[in-house]
Amino acid sequence: MRADDNTLSIIIDILKQHVSKDLQIHEDTDLEADLSIDSLKSMEILAAVEDAFDISIPINVLSEVQTVKDLALQIDNLLKKPE
Amino acid sequence: MGLFDKFQKIQQSIETLQQYSDSFFKVVLEEILSSTEAIIDGRKTILAGTNNYLGMPHRKECIEAACKAVREHGTGTTGSRMANGTYSVHVELEQAISRFLNKKHTIVFTTGYSANLSALSTLVGPKDIVILDADCHASIYDGCRLGGVQVYRFRHNDVSDLEKRLKRLIKKGTNILIAVEGLYSMLGDRAPLRQIVELKKAYGAYLLVDEAHSLGVLGEHGRGLSEEAGVEEDVDFVIGTFSKSLGSVGGYCSSNHKELELLRFASRPYVFTASSSPANIAAARKALEIIEKEPQLRSRLWDNANLLYGQLKEMGFSLGPEPSPIIPVRFSEIPKAFAAWNGLLENGVYVNMVLPPATPDNTALLRCSLSAAHSREQVEAIAKAFQKVKHLA
Repeated sequence: MRADDNTLSIIIDILKQHVSKDLQIHEDTDLEADLSIDSLKSMEILAAVEDAFDISIPINVLSEVQTVKDLALQIDNLLKKPE
Repeated sequence: MGLFDKFQKIQQSIETLQQYSDSFFKVVLEEILSSTEAIIDGRKTILAGTNNYLGMPHRKECIEAACKAVREHGTGTTGSRMANGTYSVHVELEQAISRFLNKKHTIVFTTGYSANLSALSTLVGPKDIVILDADCHASIYDGCRLGGVQVYRFRHNDVSDLEKRLKRLIKKGTNILIAVEGLYSMLGDRAPLRQIVELKKAYGAYLLVDEAHSLGVLGEHGRGLSEEAGVEEDVDFVIGTFSKSLGSVGGYCSSNHKELELLRFASRPYVFTASSSPANIAAARKALEIIEKEPQLRSRLWDNANLLYGQLKEMGFSLGPEPSPIIPVRFSEIPKAFAAWNGLLENGVYVNMVLPPATPDNTALLRCSLSAAHSREQVEAIAKAFQKVKHLA
């Protein structure tokens, strides 16, 4: 399944603000292994993503999120559902 | 992938941390001398990391009540509350807690962890929403997970962040339960409960407050943050534990909602667990009586907490945001935190060490918890021991 290009682009922009500038980020980037995103940083990132899309992300879905694309797909899914 | 491969990461972490302090993983309290002292590694040590806020485990009255209960009712109940495990002592304690908290209904659980697990897994379900403070205890998260409710976090103690979530989630048109704690176990700070109650009312949500660390510690009568903040009537569900200020083991959920009683039939962690031993129940009930009769215990606890917080602050340590019986001392580097923890133990002081990711701000914490049973001399000895490891902070 493909994630929406616009969703991916917004998420990557947000991630770039929270990780080292030297890191390359694409849809298959692993959030923990490649970007070393810890629990505190993940909360900040999720809050920024929530604000960018004006949605709320339940923590239940995070267990299924490993890569940037996984996160984008979850956002796409949430955007389809009424808030 | 083998069954145990998933533990490799944990094993590696333990091995790395053992390089800093092997003794951290082997601490045994060889002999308990009192609520504030034990023999550790053959040495008399001041206990400053026990959650033993009021010194109840060694109160003569509590010990006698527990011994009497064993003699009269035996060592264990051998059954669930739903089967043969409801004794008169369980019912009497539920009534006593309801009276103490001015609530109509109380259920006693076998541990504080199972109180949250039982209440949260059952009160809310997959069609409901829980919004919880990010720093809530694992038992709150686990209860939500067991019940399959949709869980949303707000930034610790950030009321505007909570409101932002309420504004978005209210549109779903379903039940919302806000879950917070009275006193947070890592940073020792209070929830901004009055403001949270205002939001709860404005958005028609329910409110659950876990008073695990604030029972007997906050409020004029020791009923917790809800009492101190003057919002007891607005709290739908109060959770508590017997294993801190009451010096026993067990937990409770109290409420004015009569439907709480239905949890006895609907909550799997309640139905399928053996009930608390009569000794634990009797000790908790006696400790509750003492809390009601001896407000001076709370004063002494706060005198000790303010004294240590002030002294550590003066030394220049980075501490939790407010004076509290829980005083976290921050160390930015994990190896230095281990060295400080070892140094404290060598100087006769035991504290808890908490490491990321269990810490809220990703620093290592040496977490002190004070007791009314500590003497002024002991509190000063704790401060002096910290002075000796200040260079590591």
